[in-house]
Amino acid sequence: MIEVNNLCKSFKKQNILDGITLSIGDKDKIILLGQNGAGKTTLIRCILGEYFPDKGSVSVYGSIPYIKREDALHHISFVPQIPPPLNMTVNELLLYSSGLSGFCKEKVIEYCDMLDFDIKPHLTKTFYKFSGGMKQKLLIAIAFARNTDFYIFDEPTANLDTAGREKFYIMVEKLISDKSFIMISHRIDEVKNIVNRNIELDLGRIIRDEKV
Amino acid sequence: MRNIMLIAGQDIKGSLRSRWFIGYSLIFISLVVLIFVSGVTESRVMGFTGLTRMLLVFIQACNIIMPVFVLITTVRSITGDRESNVLEYMLSFPVSLFAYYFGKLIGRFIIIFLPLLFALILSLIIGVLKTNQVPVDLFILYIGLLAFNAFAFLGIGFFISSVIKNMEFALGISLFVWLFLIAFIDIALIGFMIKQLVPENVIYITALLNPVQVFRIGAISLFDPVLSVIGPASFFILDTAGRTGCIIYSLIYPFVIGLVFAFAGYYVFKKHDIL
Repeated sequence: MIEVNNLCKSFKKQNILDGITLSIGDKDKIILLGQNGAGKTTLIRCILGEYFPDKGSVSVYGSIPYIKREDALHHISFVPQIPPPLNMTVNELLLYSSGLSGFCKEKVIEYCDMLDFDIKPHLTKTFYKFSGGMKQKLLIAIAFARNTDFYIFDEPTANLDTAGREKFYIMVEKLISDKSFIMISHRIDEVKNIVNRNIELDLGRIIRDEKV
Repeated sequence: MRNIMLIAGQDIKGSLRSRWFIGYSLIFISLVVLIFVSGVTESRVMGFTGLTRMLLVFIQACNIIMPVFVLITTVRSITGDRESNVLEYMLSFPVSLFAYYFGKLIGRFIIIFLPLLFALILSLIIGVLKTNQVPVDLFILYIGLLAFNAFAFLGIGFFISSVIKNMEFALGISLFVWLFLIAFIDIALIGFMIKQLVPENVIYITALLNPVQVFRIGAISLFDPVLSVIGPASFFILDTAGRTGCIIYSLIYPFVIGLVFAFAGYYVFKKHDIL
């Protein structure tokens, strides 16, 4: 369970989140909508414990993520919108991520296969030299391999072609049907079949929260 | 501890692939070669000769070059990771900020110190082959001086990275810190402060607070210092505190500076937004 209570966050006196209250239960599959600057990424960073709230609180399965990071982040897998330029080989990335999360490397290889990406020949290659789509697929595979209770997908298909996107949605349905997630996406038509709750932000406030 | 080692190992592997590390290593190794090729070791000016002179010239060059390299690469690494969202992703895994911060610090220290150690060993080997001298005490002192000074500037670099989130600004501050410390080494310090009629105790305290100056005093203290080589403030300090006192201080002080700044940086890192 994730509880966000009256969350406020501002940068340089500009309110980005303005009193967000949100409860995410088991099997909630949420699409998070909103225009650019609505506060979607800031909300996610607060849940990941990367921002301190100015006011209000966040609780992730009973732990406050900006105080008890490790406890909270054991429950969350994250796929960023833009894959970061990691200066590490695939093997090193797998060592880092599995070393901290305790998953099996073979699962990542299996999930990459499901995304039509044969990672095995690339294990010694440096991550930042891959194409955007390959990077995104690898990060998606790592997120699924972590097998956490909750997933955060920040426009996870932004770098994927049509076939890649379809495969990703199939994996979401197949692998995490009993889990919860938040997905930021502007492709509402593509995700409508895999979500059961729509939340829309505008100017840092929730203007719509409905079950579908 | 396992996570600290995991992150340190990761930082080391990443750095070994970086161009800056290759450039950084080449500079110090080339310096050793250049000193030999240029015949500096045969010169008898100021009373130093052979391997002793070689190490002295090398350590003086390190005194100026190493801090700026450590500051800039550290700041580029941490604030660069923050700006390019590497930090966002790496910290989305269940890792404590303590493990991440100090893992990075340990990894970075090893990667910064290794080329210096290698260059020192290289100079020792060449020196022994050419002059049959083995100044073990000097060699050990210089390893200690370089290690603790690298640590001091690493701590300062991590502190700057934690406080300032914009890379360009952080780089500017790093350069300013370096120039400020270089400006306050003996000659400039004395020249400016005596002209301004600053009390002499203030001059000596300023000299003793400057890690670059402390490094110089430590580096030259094993010899009979010539005033024109070491500078008047250092000469006075060395004369007052004695050789042993100066060496102990020149080793402990940069280590304390590094620790204080590293922990202050960690405090800021922990208590504020990561991104």
